[in-house]
Amino acid sequence: MSDADEHGYFGQFGGRFVPEVLVQPLQELEAAMHAAFADESFWSRYGQLLRDYVGRPSPLFVADRLSSSAGGATIVLKREDCNHTGAHKINNTIGQGLLALRMRKTRMIAETGAGQHGVATATTGALLGIPVEVYIGAEDARRQSLNVYLMKLLGATVRVVESGSRTLKDATSEAFRDWAASAGSTFYCIGSVVGAHPYPSLVKRFARVIGDEARAQCQERLGRLPDHVVACVGGGSNAIGIFAAFLGDSQTKLWGVEAAGRGLDSPAENAASLLRGTIGVLHGARTMVLQDGGGQVSATRSIAAGLDYPAVGPEHAHLQASGRVTYVGVDDRQALDAFSELARQEGIVPALESAHAIAHACDLARARPRDEVILVSCSGRGDKDAARFALGEPH
Amino acid sequence: MSRNLGAATISGVFDGCKSADRAAFVAYLMAGDPLPSTTAALIRAAIDGGADIVELGFPYSDPLADGPSIQAAATRALRAGTTFDSVLQIARSLPVPVPLVAFSYFNPLYVRGLERCARDLHQAGFAGAVIPDLPPEEGAEAVAVFASAGLALSFLVAPTTPAKRLSLIARVSTGFIYVVSRMGVTGSVTVIDRGTKALAQRLREQTDKALAVGFGISTPQQARMVATFADGVIVGSALVDLIASSPPDQALPAVRSYCARLSAACRRGADNA
Repeated sequence: MSDADEHGYFGQFGGRFVPEVLVQPLQELEAAMHAAFADESFWSRYGQLLRDYVGRPSPLFVADRLSSSAGGATIVLKREDCNHTGAHKINNTIGQGLLALRMRKTRMIAETGAGQHGVATATTGALLGIPVEVYIGAEDARRQSLNVYLMKLLGATVRVVESGSRTLKDATSEAFRDWAASAGSTFYCIGSVVGAHPYPSLVKRFARVIGDEARAQCQERLGRLPDHVVACVGGGSNAIGIFAAFLGDSQTKLWGVEAAGRGLDSPAENAASLLRGTIGVLHGARTMVLQDGGGQVSATRSIAAGLDYPAVGPEHAHLQASGRVTYVGVDDRQALDAFSELARQEGIVPALESAHAIAHACDLARARPRDEVILVSCSGRGDKDAARFALGEPH
Repeated sequence: MSRNLGAATISGVFDGCKSADRAAFVAYLMAGDPLPSTTAALIRAAIDGGADIVELGFPYSDPLADGPSIQAAATRALRAGTTFDSVLQIARSLPVPVPLVAFSYFNPLYVRGLERCARDLHQAGFAGAVIPDLPPEEGAEAVAVFASAGLALSFLVAPTTPAKRLSLIARVSTGFIYVVSRMGVTGSVTVIDRGTKALAQRLREQTDKALAVGFGISTPQQARMVATFADGVIVGSALVDLIASSPPDQALPAVRSYCARLSAACRRGADNA
C-alpha cells in the first residue's frame, strides 16, 4: 500500500540520485533483494536468527507506573531495547548480513551515529563471519566511546571521519564513497530507511518485524489495536518498522517524534528535518532536508546522536505530506526528563533516542482517558548514554 | 529542436582539437577556493597555460563523488562565503569568453530551481554543465530545461555501466560524455585503470560525441596515455591540490606552467610518443 514504486518513489519522495558508479551496485542489490524476499529459505533463516540469536519476539510491556505518573492513558512499550545488542538495529543488520552472504560479498561496511547500528553490524559480521568496517564521525566517536570500544571488541575496524560536520551525515557520505570503489566485493549495510532506492524499502522490510509483532501482541494481550503509536525519527527506521503494520488501521493515530535539540526555532540547533526542513536531495533520495536557501546541508544538533541527521527517510516525507503520520518535536531537556522518568518509574533505561518517543507518549497520555492505549517503540536501551553521563558529560 | 548554442560551443572546441591532432585539455577548478576573489585569475592562468575548457566546480557541503582533495576545496570555498551567485559573478567577470562548464551537485540546482539555474548559467557565460549525482533516469527534467536554455548537459559513464545504459547515456548527453576512469571518487592515482581505454572504445561504438576522461589523472604521462584514445583529458584534484599547496603569490604561475605541461601532453603525433 505504501511501498515504493518500481523507481523507488514514495509519492514524490525517494528515487536514486547517485553518481553513475553507484547505479550498477544499487541495481544488483535491488535484484538480489527481490530474489531473497521471494525465497522462503531466506525468511526461514532470518526468522530462526531473530528468535535464537536476537531473542525475538521482543516483549510488549504495559507501563502501569509510567502511565499513572503521566496521569491518563495507558502507555505500552514495544521492548526493542531487550534485543541482543540492545536496540532494534539488529533486525536490519541480520537481514542485510544474510543478503550479503547470498550475494557472496566478502566485506561489509556501515555508517553509524549513536554507534548502535555500528555495533549491530559488527555483531552480525562476527556471527556470519564477514569482516566489517564502520564509519563514524569524529564528534560521534567522542560522544559514544562505549560503542566504539564494543565495535572493536567485536572485531570490526572503526574508521573515524573528520570531514564536514564530523557526524552521521559525513559518516554516511564516507561509506557511500567507500562503496563506490569497492562494490564488487563489499556490501553496504545501511542503518536506516534512508539513501537511494532500494535501501529505504530494504531496511523497511527488516524493520517491520517490530510493528508486525506489536500489532499481534496488542490484539492478543489487550484484545484491541492501540489508539496511538509513537516512535522517534532520525533516519526513521524504527518508526517505519512499527508504523508499517498500522498504516491500514485508520483508527490508529501515528506519531513520529523528531529531535528538537535546543529548540525547533534555533537553526542548526535541532535535527527536525520534517518539521523544519525543505525538499532536497541527500544521500541519493529526494526527501526533507535541513539546508540553507542555497541547498547547502545544515549543521544539526541533538543530544541523541542517533537522531542527529539532517534528512529523513523518504517514506516519512511522504507520510507527512499525505497526513497519515503526525510529526512533532521533543527537545533535549524533555528527552532527558523522559530518560530518567522511565528509569525511575519502570526500571527501564531507554536510549536517549527512544526517550524522545517516551516524552511525547507521556504528553499524549496526560490529556487522555485510561482506556486509550498508546503504543511506544522503545527502540533501544540507554547504557551508551548512561556511560556518557557517568564519564562526566553534563546533562 | 532549436540549436543548442552551449553544446555547439563545446563540440567546436573538441572539433578544433581533433583537427590539430590533440585531445582537449579540460582543467577543473573549485570556484571560491581559496577565495571568491581569486578564482577569475586562476581560470585565466589555466587558459593561458593551454586549457581548452574550464570546468568550474560549485562548492557543495556533501560532495559524494569527490575524494579528500575536492572535498577540502569545497569546504574552503564555502567557509570563504562562496555561493551560487558568487560563482555566477566570477564567470561574468571573465574579460575574455572561455568555454566554461559548470560542475555542480544536484541539490543546490534543485533547491534554486532548474529553470532558474539554467537561465542564470547561460547568462553568466557557461556553455554546459555536469551534475555528478544525477543519473539519466532522474534527469529528464534537467535534460529538457538545460537544452532549452542552450546549455550542454554531460552525463557520466563508469567502468561498471552496462552496455544498455552506455547507449542511454550517450544518447542524452550533449557537448561531451564524461568517462569516469575508475570505481570510486575523484583524486589522483598512480596508475590509470587499463579498463578505461576499453570503456571508451565500448562507448565509441555507440556514439560520435566527444569522450572526455576524468577521475585520477594528475601527470603529463597519464594525460599523454589517455589522449591516445580519448577526445578530452580532465584534470581536477591535482590542480586543486597545487593551488592549495602554493604560496599565494606563486599559485598563478604554478597553475599556468602545470597546465602548459598537461596541455602539451594532450598533443598526439610522433614527437609526443
